[in-house]
Amino acid sequence: MNVRKLPRFLIAVVLFYIVVEVLYRTEILNGYLLHIINLSLIYVILATSLNLINGITGQFSLGHMGFAGVGAYVSGSLTTLILKLSVTNPASMLPFLLSIIAGGVVAAFVGFLIGFPSLRLKGDYLAIVTLGFGEIIRTIFNNIDAVGGPRGLLGIPKFSNFTVILVAAFLTVVIIRNLIESSHGRAMLSIRENELAAELVGVNTTRYKVMAFTFGAFFAGIAGGLLAHLIQLAHPTQFGFIKSVEVLIMIYAGGVGSLTGSILAAFGLTFLSEGLRLGIRALADATGLPIGGEWRMVVYALLLIFIMLFRNEGLMGMRESRIIKNVEVD
Amino acid sequence: MGSIFSLQQILNGLQLGSIYALIALGYTMVYGIVRLINFAHGDFFMIGAYAAYGSFYMFNALVAGRSGTLAFLVLLAAMIGGASIAYLTNKFAYKPLRYKPKLSSLITAIGVSMFIEYFFSALPAIGPSYRSFPDIIVRKEIRLGNAVISNLVIIDLAVAAILMVGLTLLVRKTTLGKAMRAVSQDKDAARLMGIDIEKVISFTFMVGGAFAGAAGLLAGMTYPRIFPYMGILPGLKAFIAAVLGGIGNIPGAMLGAYIMGIAETFASAYNSLIGEGIAFAILILVLLIRPRGLLGEKIADKI
Repeated sequence: MNVRKLPRFLIAVVLFYIVVEVLYRTEILNGYLLHIINLSLIYVILATSLNLINGITGQFSLGHMGFAGVGAYVSGSLTTLILKLSVTNPASMLPFLLSIIAGGVVAAFVGFLIGFPSLRLKGDYLAIVTLGFGEIIRTIFNNIDAVGGPRGLLGIPKFSNFTVILVAAFLTVVIIRNLIESSHGRAMLSIRENELAAELVGVNTTRYKVMAFTFGAFFAGIAGGLLAHLIQLAHPTQFGFIKSVEVLIMIYAGGVGSLTGSILAAFGLTFLSEGLRLGIRALADATGLPIGGEWRMVVYALLLIFIMLFRNEGLMGMRESRIIKNVEVD
Repeated sequence: MGSIFSLQQILNGLQLGSIYALIALGYTMVYGIVRLINFAHGDFFMIGAYAAYGSFYMFNALVAGRSGTLAFLVLLAAMIGGASIAYLTNKFAYKPLRYKPKLSSLITAIGVSMFIEYFFSALPAIGPSYRSFPDIIVRKEIRLGNAVISNLVIIDLAVAAILMVGLTLLVRKTTLGKAMRAVSQDKDAARLMGIDIEKVISFTFMVGGAFAGAAGLLAGMTYPRIFPYMGILPGLKAFIAAVLGGIGNIPGAMLGAYIMGIAETFASAYNSLIGEGIAFAILILVLLIRPRGLLGEKIADKI
């Protein structure tokens, strides 16, 4: 056994928590910045869970936000419409957490179902099917009147706070890391490297592909639930194709197969995105020119193209930071 | 009864199918030759519509009143617009990745698609909002029993038919067509035979782009509203049509597109939600039951 084994990642996360809390309490960090940090952490969950499907198992999902949408709508309906929880009541925290988990479980079930047709599909076809699935989910939300239809589900209580989101992100990364470092994770990696060879050495590729989709969808559902309870809204457009591509950009910018990369890219791109939003608005105000928010997405698209053309492996490649790794693997 | 399966609905379906067919051909040709789903193909369609829109106002002053010449010039502009963007996309985004893993090109294609859409809606001259498409040809209608046939139906079907016949002749009868077929069968052997592969690929993209551009004009005339994101859904549906027919197979794309057009028209007449979802339902069914499509050949995994 490894004697030097330290919970490095736990220590890092606790330090991060203390620093952010202290800065917030001393009002160096304002509510807006804390909100961006919360968003970044939700994107950490989305990016690492998508990385499990796309990066580790080598599948190609374009509908990740569809799973998040399922989580958001299920947990949002539970807390808002069925249980009618209120933030002021401290006893509401437990039912809220259970609702979030319920959202994750339903999303996982949907992921399990989507995993099946994916068994016969590779690369581009899988991309189209998952894209189609995401669009179908969006269309369904758009047409269910009970959850607001095209108006979205409004008035969701703001239960998500920094502590809850950070703990969820921490658990997600740890669980996915442990999964990757287990024999199941090795099996998933072998599918990415060479599916035919993996099958020949006895890896049940079907089982592991469905497993990756189910786990990935579960965490995406959790992230969707947390997002809905952070911005107090679940809206069909939040879970469309473009949003899925934003998460996709994160994992390719960070490096496919690297959780460290996904975490860094989730923070980097969320801050970049907000920076661009503010920067473009400031520029438009200063010059009086009609510069629209669409330029933000133009920058995103160019970023994706340039990563693919000039730095295919992303920021981290397949490397993992020592802080995140649990066991030393060569 | 009778309202869903009427002659009117069949005509509407064929009209929609013609537009899908022109887009699907580009998908299938490009896939056949470089094994890439060109996600940006739907945006070539959008560019075609905008090129037609712009050129209409440009030429309208030059050839006032002669609507036949005008329509021809606008069609030409739409096709050139589609072909140029296809050429540029291939040259700058796909060519450098030709021998990299396939997924890189696919992700780049998504990036290119997003770039075109948002760049166009960010440009102040174009903007994200809807524009109404001008009447390039005066609408006329003929009553036939219960159905109303507009001259647009006939124009859409005719333009699509002429282009498809032209493409078939190009692929079957010309040297360039022979080179295209050779490259799609075996790139390396084609290169050994002295075929300039990059030139053939580039040409294929341009033909596909030109067809998508023509489809953009037809769609603009038929459903007179254009906007920068108009290519996303027709692009996806045309792709599904190509898969239904057997991707890489030219007659298959045409067949799949007409089936899709008719299926979608019928389904929308029944229920709009089903109409929106039927394309994806078809896709999932095809992939589960017959992944190679109706006319596609079975491909074995190479070890």
